Amino acid sequence: MDTQLLLGAEAIALAAIDAGISGVYAYPGTPSTEITEYIQQSPIARQKGVHSTWATNEKTAYEAALGMSYAGKRSLVCMKHVGLNVAADAFLNSAITGVNGGMVIVVADDPSMHSSQNEQDTRVYGKFAFLPVIEPSNQQETYDAIRYAFDLSEQQNLPVLFRVTTRLSHSRAVVKQQPPREENILNPSKEKRKWILLPANARNNYQQLLEKQATLASLSEQSSLNKTTAGNGSKAIIAFGIAYNYVMEVKQAENLNIPVLKISQYPLPDKLIKEFTDQYDDILIAEEGYPVYEEYLKGYFGNKKFRGRLDGALPRTGELSPDVVAKAMGVDSDANRTIPSIVAGRPPMLCQGCSHRDVFDALNTIFTEYPEQHVFSDIGCYTLGALPPFNAINTCVDMGASVTMAKGAADAGLHPAVAVIGDSTFTHSGITGLLDAVNDKSAITLIISDNSTTAMTGGQDSAGTGKLAEICKGIGVEESHIRTFVPLKKNHDENVMILKEELEYKGVSVIIAQRECVQTASRKKRQENKK
Amino acid sequence: MQTNIIIAGVGGQGILTIASIIDLAAMQQGLQVKQAEVHGMSQRGGAVESHLRISDSVIYSDLIPKGKANLILAIEPMESLRYLPFLAPDGIIVTATEPFKNINNYPDEQAIKDEIAQTGKHIFVDAENLAREAGNLKAFNTVMLGAAANYIGISKEALEKAIESYFSSKGEAVVQLNIKAFRLGTAAI
Ligand code: SF4
Repeated sequence: MDTQLLLGAEAIALAAIDAGISGVYAYPGTPSTEITEYIQQSPIARQKGVHSTWATNEKTAYEAALGMSYAGKRSLVCMKHVGLNVAADAFLNSAITGVNGGMVIVVADDPSMHSSQNEQDTRVYGKFAFLPVIEPSNQQETYDAIRYAFDLSEQQNLPVLFRVTTRLSHSRAVVKQQPPREENILNPSKEKRKWILLPANARNNYQQLLEKQATLASLSEQSSLNKTTAGNGSKAIIAFGIAYNYVMEVKQAENLNIPVLKISQYPLPDKLIKEFTDQYDDILIAEEGYPVYEEYLKGYFGNKKFRGRLDGALPRTGELSPDVVAKAMGVDSDANRTIPSIVAGRPPMLCQGCSHRDVFDALNTIFTEYPEQHVFSDIGCYTLGALPPFNAINTCVDMGASVTMAKGAADAGLHPAVAVIGDSTFTHSGITGLLDAVNDKSAITLIISDNSTTAMTGGQDSAGTGKLAEICKGIGVEESHIRTFVPLKKNHDENVMILKEELEYKGVSVIIAQRECVQTASRKKRQENKK
Repeated sequence: MQTNIIIAGVGGQGILTIASIIDLAAMQQGLQVKQAEVHGMSQRGGAVESHLRISDSVIYSDLIPKGKANLILAIEPMESLRYLPFLAPDGIIVTATEPFKNINNYPDEQAIKDEIAQTGKHIFVDAENLAREAGNLKAFNTVMLGAAANYIGISKEALEKAIESYFSSKGEAVVQLNIKAFRLGTAAI
């Protein structure tokens, strides 16, 4: 079969197509976006009619994938780590229902928060839901493990959680393909007790899920994803997922003969772990993310033979690297070059010509007239409004929080209470909050900085394009307080006037600042020229 | 054989083009490749880098360990210094001379040059003028690839072949432009 150079994300996508999925459901989020994009661009997926358009948020994506599984077909759902918080209700309950067609949930974690607000570890969710978790170490294993995850899902009638991290998702390596297989036929589930989570059914299903844990553990014991590399001495390492690469890098470079147990499938293979750990008296636990299993293995009384992130052998936070792992393995680095002090930081910033710039300029102008200057903002390129020269926003917490935090602050008496949100974030999680504000007649001014795309992740389609005013009207914002302007320098004075009027209005007003993202616009143009 | 390369630049400068051509050449030579990229937030005019590793045996880590890069290939001079901790004691910096000033506190240009000179082996490439000479400023990246060609661990012929395959879909004129730019780069050092 073919070999290709693929990002980890692309290896997931190709493997899912080859494993016979009928659909992928996702909302864009770094570092998971490229999975769905690959499927959207795949001629084979298109020819087969594999569903791949973007969902409005991770919860709608998750539920649609579950529906496809109910219908008997295989589905893939992808998101970044914090996306699983949005989909968590569906996720945890789908562990209770189980699945029909194979369903795999790919969650891409972002330790070190390269493009995120936290570095939560998705493996914790795996334990929380009592579901099997696969955490591959490299791109080839990622490809192969996706097929395996679909098989596991269909054998066990459970969704399977597939965890990768930024470094694996965004790194390329040569991947060998397996022969593709057919999609499942339409075969909707007939089992009502399984899918109707009335308490009586749910109790029964939950019991079954707990009983399945022994089977899942024994599958982990037998899995080729979990394996021991022999060695000698009294020290050893247990390496989880991508941490295995760093351990093996050091082992190879330094010619070390240290035994290594690699774990890439959970629940933990307890027997394998016990056999391994009994042989050694100093064991480094290398995990990418939280010290989830280090804590478990150390136990309440803190067995000192286990070292890792908790005792400082490895840094408590952030992504692992070959360097920190080498140090934990007792290898001294002779690298002594440092970054010269002359080197200045070069943070990301809003593109020249970006519409958000003009929104913030207008906002900063009008705010000079108010003693209290607070702007509740959200997740997107416009979060960069936090940096100079704008210094224009005060918050960025989670998708949609700008609307509801402005509402809460308005309820507390803050005036003006201004929220700035992007169009894609608004449809993702802002609409329900706006309805709350409408129902309470809270005095907020919501600026939807509408660039008609999901810009930060590379310009994907945005669910509300062309519909924003209608949506606001539909949930009850007064028509006279739904204003639209074009954020351009030449309109600055006029835009400031509109802002002033709406800031003074003691009810809900929405200002749609509409101008396409310049990056997306030029990409579209290039694509048209190609045609 | 193993070569570790850090490719450095600023988001939007197209460092991934260079990486893709080297990847292709390595694959055509039957070598192993690993190439870590930066996507997302850091692309908006921020500093970006790619860790590229080529080897005839298995490569484990996607990231290059500190002190193990044989080459820092920078398309912006200040950016070449940002990754200095990765450079091997006998490693080389190949950097374009033209600064990209999208920040207010961009340091003194001569001071940057001096710092680079102090690091050890280094080559400055006037890539902008060479690209212009080749016929198009867009060939900047292939000029830089040419200037670094001696330090990649892949023959120039193999790199040229990869340039041909990489640009072939864009037509013969683009292929020839880039071959010319590549050769101007190799001749410039
Ligand atoms: S990508 Fe688009 S929305 Fe993001 S900063 Fe650039 S122009 Fe603005």
